[in-house]
Amino acid sequence: MNARRVFKGMPRIANLEIQPIIGLEIHVQLATRTKMFCACAAEFGAEPNTRACPVCLGLPGALPVVNAQAIELAIRAGAALNCSIARLTKWDRKSYYYPDLPKNYQISQFDLPIAERGWFEFSREGETRRVRIRRAHLEEDAGKNVHDFPGFTAVDLNRAGTPLLEIVTEPDIHCAEDAREFAIALQREIAYLGIGEANMQKGQMRFEPNINLEIRDGEQLAKTPIVEVKNLNSFRSLHGAIEFEIRRQLEEWQERGVTGARGNKSNRGWDDVRMVTVAQREKEEADDYRYFPDPDLPPVTPDARRVAEIVGTMPEPSGVRTARFIREYQIPAKDAPALVDDRATADLLDAAAALGVDRATLARQFLSFWQMQANARQISIAGLRLPAGVFAELAQMSSSGRINATAAATIAGELVRRSDTAAVKAGEPLSVSSLAAELGLLQTRDSDQIAGWVDAAFAANAKAVQDALANPKKLIAARGFLAGQVMKASGGKADPKIAGELIEQKLRALAGDAARS
Amino acid sequence: MSLNQSATQIASDVASRLRSAVDVCAAALSRAEAVNPRLNAFTQILRHEALCRARQIDAAIARGEAPGPLAGVPIALKDNICTRIGHTTCASRMLESYRSPYDATVVQRLERAGAVIVAKTNLDEFAMGSSTENSAFGVVRNPWSPDRVAGGSSGGSAVAVATRTVPLALGSDTGGSIRLPASFSGVIGLKPTYGRVSRYGLVAYGSSLDQIGPFATYAADAALLLSVIAGRDPNDATSADRAESDFSAAARDVDPAHAIRKLRIGIPREFFADGLDPVVRDQVEKAICEYRAAGAHLVEIALPHTKYCVATYYLIATAEASSNLARFDGVHYGHRTPAPRDIHHLYSASRDEGLGTEVKRRIMLGTFALSAGYADAFYQQALRVRRLIRDDYSQAFGQVDVIMGPVAPSTAFRIGEKADDPLQMYLADVYTTSANLAGLPAISIPCGFSASGLPVGLQVIAPAFEEARLLSAARFLEQRGDWHSRIPPIE
Ligand SMILES: [Zn+2]
Repeated sequence: MNARRVFKGMPRIANLEIQPIIGLEIHVQLATRTKMFCACAAEFGAEPNTRACPVCLGLPGALPVVNAQAIELAIRAGAALNCSIARLTKWDRKSYYYPDLPKNYQISQFDLPIAERGWFEFSREGETRRVRIRRAHLEEDAGKNVHDFPGFTAVDLNRAGTPLLEIVTEPDIHCAEDAREFAIALQREIAYLGIGEANMQKGQMRFEPNINLEIRDGEQLAKTPIVEVKNLNSFRSLHGAIEFEIRRQLEEWQERGVTGARGNKSNRGWDDVRMVTVAQREKEEADDYRYFPDPDLPPVTPDARRVAEIVGTMPEPSGVRTARFIREYQIPAKDAPALVDDRATADLLDAAAALGVDRATLARQFLSFWQMQANARQISIAGLRLPAGVFAELAQMSSSGRINATAAATIAGELVRRSDTAAVKAGEPLSVSSLAAELGLLQTRDSDQIAGWVDAAFAANAKAVQDALANPKKLIAARGFLAGQVMKASGGKADPKIAGELIEQKLRALAGDAARS
Repeated sequence: MSLNQSATQIASDVASRLRSAVDVCAAALSRAEAVNPRLNAFTQILRHEALCRARQIDAAIARGEAPGPLAGVPIALKDNICTRIGHTTCASRMLESYRSPYDATVVQRLERAGAVIVAKTNLDEFAMGSSTENSAFGVVRNPWSPDRVAGGSSGGSAVAVATRTVPLALGSDTGGSIRLPASFSGVIGLKPTYGRVSRYGLVAYGSSLDQIGPFATYAADAALLLSVIAGRDPNDATSADRAESDFSAAARDVDPAHAIRKLRIGIPREFFADGLDPVVRDQVEKAICEYRAAGAHLVEIALPHTKYCVATYYLIATAEASSNLARFDGVHYGHRTPAPRDIHHLYSASRDEGLGTEVKRRIMLGTFALSAGYADAFYQQALRVRRLIRDDYSQAFGQVDVIMGPVAPSTAFRIGEKADDPLQMYLADVYTTSANLAGLPAISIPCGFSASGLPVGLQVIAPAFEEARLLSAARFLEQRGDWHSRIPPIE
């Protein structure tokens, strides 16, 4: 990756090669119904302390029990991150005192995370970039301290015990833009695969970049101390914090020559208003979380067959699907997100295509009138709740010339309207071809009938036909014009191919006549 | 009513309406109130709640409902088991006024079986001790000699049964806390296999070692209670999914000598080495001879890592305790210092005021054992030795069916005798901790008395999930002597 890109707008420093080294820690809240170690609902926005039980309150005698759905989602995430899934993964207690942590330890995974050693790709400026994933482990979230009261702090433990997946990358990122693009792609994938809602406003995905600089001055290599910026909950703040840190560390190094030694990582916070990182109060002693295996929870040994099943039935990652859609459905790259981003719609497209219709036609129809119908109702195409067969049949009729494009759009509108009727809801099948017939939109392939419309068009435009015959440059325009007249006269029913052939024949005949006279 | 009436008899009488649960309960309550001023066995006597429950049971029986196997049987629970009734104090200032909003799994099972909880029993604070001298509510006295300790940490439960206040009680055993007081007080105390009984609702001390178990006068009663509380609990991930053995059959009166014939009994030479009081040795050896006389084979075995058990136990138990007790911080429940200056002062002062000396000592030990730079040498090393201790037992059980030896190196010692010397105190656990470290079931069976009238317990250890062997061994011995049925003089 090109590191110089970072220095747009920064003073150039002679003879210095500066490489930012960036790794990310990402917390993702998993989309489980219940919390990580108890049966409380994992939901956002409930009355404080109403989603809490003896387990997540850390009451004496309460014991945690692992949420199997969290394990499955973590395995799914591990697969999406191309990690190897642990054959044995265990739980460890991470000790620290904080009022929003009722047990004063957090159940996490220390040395045997559920997934490790993977990679994740994103694309930037048309180029695919890869970031290695060090590990992904499960843990429980803490509650929240609430400072809304004069004179005391309250604690809301609704969030306590919510399942989190912490993803740790290798320090493979070298600029703020790449960090942001990586984060966006990851967020999209997490939501796409149903691993987590990954709603940034709800705090369901948070970033903590580790940043330092490698500064090469000729033969000498200096490294600035690593800074971890805590709790960034937007792509903008992630980008801003990294940009700011790169500048700040360079300036600090220039002014004071501070370089990093092992282990002197410091934490900084992010001021979203001033767009600066701020030093956090340093603890008097180094963190000692005193990790040890949680004796309340036996290790988990994911069944190899179950892992294979989860990985096997995992939806195609959106990145992979995008590339495939562009290829298979022959759509422009810019249109791909409209088909891929809503997974149900993408599944519907694949299901309709599997019925053996022309994929390009199908995709065109999705992107045009189906999208319009959905937009008008502020839902997705899948939300129209029409069976895949209907989409396939309409595309089939279009590509085989039984209806034209205008008719297809009209039929689509009618299908959506009728799908709401009681009869259809009661199970009466929607037939596209009978609807087309009913609406009189089927194209006619009857040559005599089409010849009638062609004759009429020539008769009504005799002067124009004569001009075109006299001037071959106008001939192409005349063909199109006449075809349009035929379609108009036929109410769109004339098969355009047959009409075109008949027009051509007639023009050739008239040209022959003119030459002879 | 005979003080020696068994739980089995009471349940049968109550179910057949020969006696009412209320009468049985009232008798137990009066006895508890009579015993407590002298022996301090109970943190709470739940007179009102118990009588309420007894009336419900009588009413249910009158309606013809099946009352459960413990119908109307009064029971006392160690006060580190969460109950919605009363407080759950753990004999700590920290939880002096704490009420649990939920019942422990064992409590739910007892209720379903028709038992009546009449009292919660005194213990070493948070179950940390071998003498029940560490209770914030005062020492429990030994009914055989009130100037002596009752053993710990489940001292109150042992005394509740020894004084015949209740036929059954529950304790918890992390390093010997059921067996030691059972031995000092002259009753049966059974620590089940780790995972046999749900720990949900047992206030944790050393989570990988803790196990709830019964105290009883009779083997059959211990078996009955174990049947009620044993079994897989979805709320405890460490509870075992094992079909329950028929514990009662093992302790039933069908010629237990038959079960003893050909029994291979392992005698670990390490359990009879220096440091064992000759009085205890005599009584234990005599008891073992009873088994031999009935046809059992004695096999001398080695448990070579026995000498490391106490050290290993105190590292693992305190490491886990330092984490388990971190939640008692004055923030969410329990004691909070009256005028905290800031959050750090709130933590430190609340804990300083709420926790006793021995608890603080163990938290410090455990915190140290887990600290960066020390964890390898202490905690990790202890885990390695724990595996060796387990291996000792699996090897031994390749040769023998059960292992027998003393429960404690001495009979009950005098109150205050070891209070200032924690190391001496910790050595009281020398024979008991290994069963916890290896997760094995073990029992203390009354097997004799010293010349001065202090009870001696025989310890029997079985392979995992073989509690039935312990119960038939207990049943055998209770037919060979009257040690179990002697009642200490009260008043
Ligand atoms: Zn909960």
